[in-house]
Amino acid sequence: MIEIENVTKRYGDNTVVDDVSLRVDKGQVAVIVGTSGSGKTTLLRMVNRLVEPSEGRILINGQDTRDMPAYQLRRKIGYAIQGHGLFPHRTVAENIATVPHLAGWDRARIDARVDELLSLFQLEPQHYRDRHPVQLSGGEQQRVGVARALAAEPDVLLMDEPFGALDPIIRAKAQDDLLDIQRKTGVTVLLVTHDMDEAMRLGDRIAVMAEGKVVQYADPATLLVKPATDFVDNLVGTADRPFRLLSLRKVDDVMEPGGADGGEPVQPSTSLREAYANMLWQGREALPVVDASGAAIGQVRLAAISRLAARPA
Amino acid sequence: MKLTVAMVARLVALVLLLAFLFAPSLFEPLLRPLAGPRSPAIYNQGSLLSLTLSHIGITIAATLAATVLSVALAVVVTRDFGREFLPLSRSIANIGQTFPPVAVLALAVPIVGFGTKPTLIALFLYALLPVFENALTGLTTLPSSVREAARGMGMTGWQRLTRVELPLAFPVILAGVRLAFVISLGTATIGSTVAAPTLGEVIIAGLLSSNTAFVLQGGVIVAIIAVLSYDALSALERKAARRLGRPATAT
Ligand SMILES: Nc1ncnc2c1ncn2[C@@H]1O[C@H](COP(=O)(O)OP(=O)(O)OP(=O)(O)O)[C@@H](O)[C@H]1O
Ligand SMILES: [Mg+2]
Repeated sequence: MIEIENVTKRYGDNTVVDDVSLRVDKGQVAVIVGTSGSGKTTLLRMVNRLVEPSEGRILINGQDTRDMPAYQLRRKIGYAIQGHGLFPHRTVAENIATVPHLAGWDRARIDARVDELLSLFQLEPQHYRDRHPVQLSGGEQQRVGVARALAAEPDVLLMDEPFGALDPIIRAKAQDDLLDIQRKTGVTVLLVTHDMDEAMRLGDRIAVMAEGKVVQYADPATLLVKPATDFVDNLVGTADRPFRLLSLRKVDDVMEPGGADGGEPVQPSTSLREAYANMLWQGREALPVVDASGAAIGQVRLAAISRLAARPA
Repeated sequence: MKLTVAMVARLVALVLLLAFLFAPSLFEPLLRPLAGPRSPAIYNQGSLLSLTLSHIGITIAATLAATVLSVALAVVVTRDFGREFLPLSRSIANIGQTFPPVAVLALAVPIVGFGTKPTLIALFLYALLPVFENALTGLTTLPSSVREAARGMGMTGWQRLTRVELPLAFPVILAGVRLAFVISLGTATIGSTVAAPTLGEVIIAGLLSSNTAFVLQGGVIVAIIAVLSYDALSALERKAARRLGRPATAT
């Protein structure tokens, strides 16, 4: 759990983060979005004290972050950044082992942890362990970067535009993987991004920052339908709003009994946005829903989806 | 390693050098035409081998000492507490280089006397700048994401220096050492004007007695050692840089 309490950061006369309070519950994913220069990175880096707050305090699991030396605090907090920051002179395994090594884990435990993480990120340990970062693709480097951040089993993971350098397809995959791993480990995540779609996809809650202040901190649906200010309204994208709303829901939510006649089937876990797009593309009013084994279990209708895309009364 | 033409040439040069140092008389017929009719063709006022060894020894000692000091200095001025001394340390190292080595020798002799010492001092001062500049370059051009990660992982200042910054700067520092070493090899020859036992003795003896054979053998030995050590250090540098996945910075 992360509690940010009335935190302010000033550089000279310039107030970069202005009296921000945020709370991220254990096992939740909170995303910070906002325009460039709004103080997102500064806020994030105050959590692991790469930047010291001018005012206010930050608690992790109820403990003030200033209660221990900064370097010890950082070993307990995962940190993944844009451009991954892997050590080029260390192998993949050595990179991942960085914090466990600093924390004095024994050899066998480190080795086991490295292999476990590589497997978790779908990197065959035997294949990747002894490579150097230059011998990896951008997507692989990024995965190793996140694996390194998680190596010492931190309760909290901080991520600053971790997927910023990836192409859209790899990025979507990386986001799915993150959610998957977050669920498996129960780690609390605070993530900064520029990308509203990414925020909607990953965040249990989203903090919108402008000029150093958090103007709204809410779950994605609330952000879409009840934006607190014009700025938030603009940021969530007037034109894309119905589609973003749909992307938050799944076919499961609107599935009805009965079988649609024909059409490419969808699964209960398919997002409504995708199902909607499929219907438009196939020119159909309804699509069959099938389970993982391919057996028909119901249908989803265009009209039902459209209702969910409309502004709630 | 593949046996390329260049490798063969280096090997031949090394074998010839060793042969000349251990059995110079073998080469007498070759050098005879260059010496006067009554002068010796092979340097006979001392052992070529021991002159070569002390020449190399003086060069290594001076370069090593300069490397230790330069790198230490570069580390200090790139820490938070030392950053204000960066401009000052740069100027001091620069002054070291603008002083002609002959002038350093001339100034040092009255203080430390004749012999090896003034030569060591001149070479040492000369080697400071290239190593210092390269160490600075290496320590200040690390990718910012790597620095950020090292701090964010919870490395202490010392751990960041020894585990990340110095290893990454190593190939660039090595390039500075190579430059300094090769310059010092050449410059060491003038050390013999203040009685340092270097291969300069052979060249000066040749000049004094108009014996081209002496001048040539002194010069060629220095040149071959310079080329071979330049190559060897370059190879070491490339190997280190390859491991880091980044090319060594040319100087
Ligand atoms: N060390 C510093 N000294 C002075 N000003 C700083 C410092 N670090 C950041 N700032 C200023 O603080 C403001 C916020 O910076 P920050 O990096 O937090 O923005 P950001 O929201 O992460 O932007 P981006 O989306 O472009 O990454 C900027 O105006 C920046 O110039
Ligand atoms: Mg930022």
